[in-house]
Amino acid sequence: MTSAEIQEAILDILSDIAPDEDLSKLDPAVPFRDQLELDSMDFLDIVMELRKRYRVQIPEQDYPALASMASTVEYLSPRMKDISCTTR
Amino acid sequence: MYDAVILGAGMSGLAAGIRLAHFGKRVCILERHTAIGGLNSFYRAGGRDYDVGLHAMTNYREPGAGHGPLMRVCRQLRLSRDELALAPQTGSAIVFPGVRLEFTNDFEHLRAEVHRQFPSQKDGFERLVAGLADYGDLGKPHVAHSAREAVAGWIDDPFLAEMLFCPLLFYGGPRPHDLDFGQFSILFRSIYMEGFARPLAGIRPLLKLLVRKFKDLGGELRLGAGVRTIVSAKGAAKALVLDNGEEMPVRCLLSSAGWRETMQVCRPADPALPAAGEISFVESISILNVAPATLGLDRTVTFFNDSPRFRYGRPDDLVDLHSGVICIPNNFAYDEPMPAGCVRLTALANFDRWNDLDAQAYGDA
Repeated sequence: MTSAEIQEAILDILSDIAPDEDLSKLDPAVPFRDQLELDSMDFLDIVMELRKRYRVQIPEQDYPALASMASTVEYLSPRMKDISCTTR
Repeated sequence: MYDAVILGAGMSGLAAGIRLAHFGKRVCILERHTAIGGLNSFYRAGGRDYDVGLHAMTNYREPGAGHGPLMRVCRQLRLSRDELALAPQTGSAIVFPGVRLEFTNDFEHLRAEVHRQFPSQKDGFERLVAGLADYGDLGKPHVAHSAREAVAGWIDDPFLAEMLFCPLLFYGGPRPHDLDFGQFSILFRSIYMEGFARPLAGIRPLLKLLVRKFKDLGGELRLGAGVRTIVSAKGAAKALVLDNGEEMPVRCLLSSAGWRETMQVCRPADPALPAAGEISFVESISILNVAPATLGLDRTVTFFNDSPRFRYGRPDDLVDLHSGVICIPNNFAYDEPMPAGCVRLTALANFDRWNDLDAQAYGDA
């Protein structure tokens, strides 16, 4: 997957977890927490959805890398580059 | 073999089942009864629907007023708030001898009532609100000290303290008289600072929604499947024996049946079986041929107590009629009125006394 596809995948997960949030104005450089009302269970769900949909395992010590869209895409890019978009 | 077996198809068992099934686990929920719901259930008799247990959902917030626990649970179950179809309460009251505190889903209403009727307690009440344990996120440590002692440190009029405790104990007090301060804080927020709401058709559509979600995810629900024995080894559940004799190996077992109820079917038996709780209730449901408001029953929920002290515990008699909760399911802001008038009355009861009655005496009581 390309960076753009990974970003699309994250947005899709977020829209499932937080259907009531407006994701159209999300600033990739700003932490999710400062723009969306997400709690620790929601973050855990992002990790679990990535595992369910793309079989990406994210160890707990790497969770801070998921703070913003930009850092998430940067972290996931090498780990998801060989995954096809249609895996889901 | 299932990845997980869950005991009990009440709200918590169904919710756990949805989470596990959503993340790809093979899950089976075993329910002893032939109906779902557990403590918060429903039945049909004489052509009418009745709810039992839950009077209202708590933790209600208007759309856009932040999330809170109810919306968090919805998110985790991938439910939208529209699917719950909740209608907010129209106004409730705590009624003690000579004093009546009204409250709504707007906390400012209760705050103004306390300031007006207990002017000497105004500052103490504000300190209590500011001092509530913060459960804004999950994973906070348990706050296990006495809520009675904590509240007495802020509110020195015991009458007001009793009034504030009354709804919290009735709706969430597992033990006589007191609560853990953490539990008090959760209940205070959920009842006074958030509030009550109910779907027009009661608990039934909510439970059916959970079951549908669970089954759509591939979960299996078996009704009338009571568990006779949980076979354990080295502190872990290994197999179940159902009431019909069927044996079922288990990899992971979650029980929503209650601590004592679960432990007492474990074999080998745990010598330290927890004692049964002391708090029980009886509920009576009356169907009226008029809207309850026309009889002056215009509150959503009324918590009453007719004595100088509010006693929350096990009564010596079958029922303690000195206090109780009157819920009028008609008095929520639905889009259309409920088909019939309904009055639900809940009061403290003595389980052992009821349990000792024969069928005839039970019916008469």
